[in-house]
Amino acid sequence: MTEPLLEVDDLRTYFTTEEGIVRAVDGISFSMMPGQRLGVVGESGSGKSVTALSVMGLIEPPAGQIVTGRVMFKGRNLLELDEDELQSVRGGQIAMIFQDPMTALNPVYTIGDQLMETILLHQDVNRSEAREIAIQAIEDVHIPNAKAQMLDYPHQYSGGMRQRIMIAMGLSCNPDLLIADEPTTALDVTTQAQIMDLMLELAEERGTAVMLITHDLGVVAGFCNDLQVMYAGGIVESGTIDDIYYNPQHPYTWGLLESMTRLDDEQQHRLYSIPGSPPSVIDLPRGCRFRPRCGFATEICGQVLPALRPVGNPGQMAACHHAEELNLKELKADAAPTVEPAAATDSDLTDVDLDLQEADVEGIEAQRSAMDQVEGEEGSL
Amino acid sequence: MTDTKSDPTADSVATTDASDLPDDVILRVNHLVKEFPITKGVFFRKQVGAVQAVSDISFEIKKGETLGLVGESGCGKSTTARSVLRLLQPTSGDVWFRLETEDEEIVNVATAKKDTMRQVRRNMQIVFQDPYASLNPRMTVATIIAEPLTVYGEGSKQERLDKVKDLLKVVGLSPEHANRYPHEFSGGQRQRIGVARALALNPSFMVLDEPVSALDVSIQAQVLNLMDDLQDEFDLTYLFIAHDLSVVRHISDRVAVMYLGKIVEMAGRDALYDRPMHPYTHALMSAVPIPDPHIESNRKRMLLEGDIPSPANPPPGCRFNTRCPKAVSGKCDVDEPEFKELEPGHWVACFFPEVEKVY
Repeated sequence: MTEPLLEVDDLRTYFTTEEGIVRAVDGISFSMMPGQRLGVVGESGSGKSVTALSVMGLIEPPAGQIVTGRVMFKGRNLLELDEDELQSVRGGQIAMIFQDPMTALNPVYTIGDQLMETILLHQDVNRSEAREIAIQAIEDVHIPNAKAQMLDYPHQYSGGMRQRIMIAMGLSCNPDLLIADEPTTALDVTTQAQIMDLMLELAEERGTAVMLITHDLGVVAGFCNDLQVMYAGGIVESGTIDDIYYNPQHPYTWGLLESMTRLDDEQQHRLYSIPGSPPSVIDLPRGCRFRPRCGFATEICGQVLPALRPVGNPGQMAACHHAEELNLKELKADAAPTVEPAAATDSDLTDVDLDLQEADVEGIEAQRSAMDQVEGEEGSL
Repeated sequence: MTDTKSDPTADSVATTDASDLPDDVILRVNHLVKEFPITKGVFFRKQVGAVQAVSDISFEIKKGETLGLVGESGCGKSTTARSVLRLLQPTSGDVWFRLETEDEEIVNVATAKKDTMRQVRRNMQIVFQDPYASLNPRMTVATIIAEPLTVYGEGSKQERLDKVKDLLKVVGLSPEHANRYPHEFSGGQRQRIGVARALALNPSFMVLDEPVSALDVSIQAQVLNLMDDLQDEFDLTYLFIAHDLSVVRHISDRVAVMYLGKIVEMAGRDALYDRPMHPYTHALMSAVPIPDPHIESNRKRMLLEGDIPSPANPPPGCRFNTRCPKAVSGKCDVDEPEFKELEPGHWVACFFPEVEKVY
């Protein structure tokens, strides 16, 4: 049996803010095998990006701190390396692609300079060899006329082209692990298809393991082998994509799948929607974090945080006290139990002053006369 | 095919009024064009060209219907919406709108005078994409929702406040929220506030400009359901702008697909998704991922080459010809295809239309 490439064990990354401690990642454990493509899915604030940043050693103290945990990469604990050692791993063996390719590229350096910088840093080559590698990297991401492109600046490229350059940069040193954080979220859907296609082709060709962080269960379905679902800083379910799409064990996963609009959905039925919104990571509910939005919750859910445990298909794990009883696979959206909306949390606000502020009304009047003026001018055009 | 069949508004082209507007049609957009000037120079600004963001599009929306307008960024869908509302002054073309007054007056929004526009504006409202940018952070929720009422001098202060409380309940918030500020709300709740504001003047027509694309999946479904409920409850007509074809399929009755300022295909929802005919529609649909691993691994993707051309310099002939797998040189890059009704209600602008299965 091969050794895992990456092993994350009980990772906790907390941020200290004025409002309190944000437990962005709160005790997650998972591992990745060489060549595996793992999807990490969750909504904003679920901790998926912080997981990636923690693995990359990009959490900056004192604001953010990795409180406990181990991140074992090829037998070394990344959390114990000093900055120099980490630098050699980062970019060389683990590369990262960010969501917004415009802010990730430096606008004052040419594409070529930026690509060569990474290569010179991590590979034992001279400038002319680095140049050759950089040109090859641009060709690999199917950008024509690579030599000429080396002299271009990022602003000359469209979003899709920039993301190709980011991929070229990420893969130029043949990393073992590529972390892609929402790589296509800022792109149009036809460009997204091009980029995902390219990433799949290159990852398969080179056997690169990819951690794909996304909120889009559609993108994951065509790209990943395995998937883990995060909610409020914890992993609530993990398994192969078939396990999770066809036999979900956690009510949150089930709810996410049910609430998605689908291109191939012929009926215009009412969408299932998960009630409420995700909890604040500063003030997490006691027990299961999904309890306030879960129709299946019982007393135990309010007291004990469920651990991720084997349930469902072999290898599948879910963090739910009631996973075995629920039979979510057969559950129809309209038969799902509902949650009583939480009593108005602001019942202490009995003496509500609903009066419009006079200042506001004056402001509106001023705007109104300004608008009339503009309209008058338009009318006279 | 006769000429009158090749233009969705052919009957109205000759007339300057819209007396022929069928009773069930609330909005008719007729040869709408919106250009933005390209200027040069700092001290002596002169116009050196124009970007035609919307170039000669026509469509109608029936009362109580939802028309989905889809396309990628830069295709002109938001400019269309803003021109329809005359938040942007159309360069040319007409926007006929049926005012919900007693005599059901039909006005041309594109040229209406100030007084008429005041009437029009209370009947047409918009919900914006970004619920973080579209609410004034210094105003309380009550002030935000009451603003349209204040502007139109509706009711006494107390009546306005009662209306605010009602509206909050209608959109699924609690009246106690009225005194809070936007930053205290999540994205989904803010979008509900934006919807409440749009509803304040009892409009008959609403433009929804990407209302759910900034929201998380679990919240998207809530807001889409809300929009569905409100449409039934208040008899609303929607123009739903989005880039997400699966969301559009869910909410629309009819769908129009835009590419580089033109509508390339328009049809009823099922006709468009089951029998798409324009190659761009095929490409767009086959690019949308489906959250189902088995379907996804067996799908044939139709990948487009390159990027969308600049609208400042659109290619001659069919605007899609530079990226179209079916393009025939000497034809598609020379002549512009007519927007034709190939099946009842199914309009396509392509020389080689062909039904293709995309999932």
